[in-house]
Amino acid sequence: MINGISINYYLLLSAVLFIIGAIGVMARRNSIIIFMCIELMLNAVNLLLVAFSTLHADASGQVFVFFIMAVAAAEVAVGLAILSMIYRNVKTIDTDILSNLKN
Amino acid sequence: MIKLIGLVPLFPLIGFLINGFFGKKISKGLSGIIASVSILASFILSVLIFMELNHSENKSHIVNLFSWINSDTLIIPFELLVDPLSSLFLLIITGIGFLIHIYSIGYMSHDEGFARFFTYLNLFVFFMLLLVLGNNYLIMFVGWEGVGLCSYLLIGFWFKNTAYNNAARKAFVMNRIGDLGFLLGIILVFVTFGSISYNEVFAKAGTVPTHVITCIALLLFVGAMGKSAQLPLYTWLPDAMAGPTPVSALIHAATMVTAGIYMIVRSNVFYSISEVASETVAIVGVITALFAATIGLFQNDIKKILAYSTVSQLGLMFLGLGVGAYSSSVFHVTTHAFFKALLFLGAGSVIHAMGGEQDIRKMGGLSSKIKITFITMLIGTIAISGIPPFSGFFSKDEILAHAYEHSPVLWFFGQVASMLTAFYMFRLLFLTFYGKFRGTHDQEHHLHESPPSMTFPLIVLAIFSVLGGLLGLPEFWHMPNWMANNLETVILRKDPSTMPHETEWMLMGIAVLAAIATIYFAYIVYMQKKTLPLKEGDKMPGFQKLVYNKFYVDEFYNAVITKPLDVLSVAFHKFFDIQIIDGIVNGVGSAVKGIGSGIRLLQQGNIGFYVISMVIGIVFIMLLTFLI
Repeated sequence: MINGISINYYLLLSAVLFIIGAIGVMARRNSIIIFMCIELMLNAVNLLLVAFSTLHADASGQVFVFFIMAVAAAEVAVGLAILSMIYRNVKTIDTDILSNLKN
Repeated sequence: MIKLIGLVPLFPLIGFLINGFFGKKISKGLSGIIASVSILASFILSVLIFMELNHSENKSHIVNLFSWINSDTLIIPFELLVDPLSSLFLLIITGIGFLIHIYSIGYMSHDEGFARFFTYLNLFVFFMLLLVLGNNYLIMFVGWEGVGLCSYLLIGFWFKNTAYNNAARKAFVMNRIGDLGFLLGIILVFVTFGSISYNEVFAKAGTVPTHVITCIALLLFVGAMGKSAQLPLYTWLPDAMAGPTPVSALIHAATMVTAGIYMIVRSNVFYSISEVASETVAIVGVITALFAATIGLFQNDIKKILAYSTVSQLGLMFLGLGVGAYSSSVFHVTTHAFFKALLFLGAGSVIHAMGGEQDIRKMGGLSSKIKITFITMLIGTIAISGIPPFSGFFSKDEILAHAYEHSPVLWFFGQVASMLTAFYMFRLLFLTFYGKFRGTHDQEHHLHESPPSMTFPLIVLAIFSVLGGLLGLPEFWHMPNWMANNLETVILRKDPSTMPHETEWMLMGIAVLAAIATIYFAYIVYMQKKTLPLKEGDKMPGFQKLVYNKFYVDEFYNAVITKPLDVLSVAFHKFFDIQIIDGIVNGVGSAVKGIGSGIRLLQQGNIGFYVISMVIGIVFIMLLTFLI
């Protein structure tokens, strides 16, 4: 494996990152934190894909990662725009307060 | 010419289509002419076919028009059968049908539904022709149902009157009861023989156990009971007088009610095999003849009297069928078609003259005012009463002679029924045409002879009523009995009559004397003593009241069948419909509503909760995939 690091460590790191992300999404109320946690989960998956791609010497895993990164970038752009609009209208980005579609 | 047989029912169908689609656009005169000409064309063709058949050696022609039903086991070609029986019926239907069409042009001239009336008449004739022409029971059934439908339409022709609509519905329902029997009979025929074509079925009839044949024959007879108004399904026929009078003549005297007779003559093989079935037919026939004739004694509506006499005459025909005298019954159908159509059309002419009045208590003394109607009606009355040499005498006598041969008891009751017929028919004649006029002053002023289009059919029918007897002169007179010879090929020949000629002479003498005595009795009662029927609401002696109210049969059916059905329906409505059916439907609705309002609470807009449930869901699904 790369520099002698076994695949298990990658798996472990990826799982830890994913769980941190998932817990963050579930537990936090600040929309920006939730957003970052989603990014964390995406990157955990990316890491896993890259690791397996190297392990199997197959480039398609890396291609996937590029796609995910591109989509994530687009998502961030749209998501942040939405968040800033919400903030301008409601003066908060706390998800508990944003519980109905009316003001 | 026989190859063209398909055209015979086609002409009325074309007339029906033209009048049905364009009746409102074309003038009254034209629609009447189209309808009459289409029947006339059928009639001419029927005559040509009839003559050709008479000359040809082969007495049974099957013309295949097209393949109708063609599936694995069920193959039914649309075949028409031309043989002496069906060609004779063709002549009756189209001939009398044509005269009635002509008559209707005059009778219905003031009616707004003129074109509609002729549409129905043509359709009726079409179905009747199909009924007698079909070469299998299914085509007969189509015609059978068709005439039922048309009778419904025509009886309820003046559909703005509720009573008329009820009469139409009654006719339809009563006919349906019979039709069910007929349909079951056909199915049994198919199951037994694997075919419903006449020639195949009748060829195999001898190889089947007798009890199966009995079942078939009885089921078919139930159909005949409905269509030909026999006990216990006769009550629709008197009520069917609600329709315009030409309808009564066409449907309820000359053609439709004879469908049952035709069907039994066609299936005579079954009835010859099954003793039980033919006994049943004879007994039902004679009881109906007697029963209806008794009711006819005290009726006051001119058309109702004729209706009961039709039921009674049909009873006599069934008596003939039951004792195996098929050709005599067909003979009586023929003569009856002449004089009953004549009587009905004559009654129509009287009603026309009276401005719609049908109650004979309000008539009287009409003989000088409407001469042609009177003379023709007189001929019809004499013919139906069985006075020689008018047609009714020969046919009735033939039936009664055969009945005597079979059983003197049947003969006796048949004889009594025909005496009653003579009595009430002359009662009708005396009350209508003699004595003083009993209607209102306006009506007396209005009295007039009907237009030529109405009197012409009367005269033609009167001539046939006089001469119709020539078709079947008694064999013991050593005269050719054309009717019996003609139908020889169709009917399973029963043993030649073994009755001594003296007996036949005696029976004939009794019949004539009885008829004359009855007429004399009627003369004394209604002419010399000038007895008038009791007015509405007058107190009547017990028996007369019973008869006047038609033995309360309608009321009996009402109490025994209609009322319990009504109560049962209401009970079912209240319990089964509202509680169970509605309960299930509403229950499903309210269950969905309840679950919805429960689940709605989960959607409270908290993103954290959504995410947690999502994660739990995913974990759950993954656990499932791992575990399974």
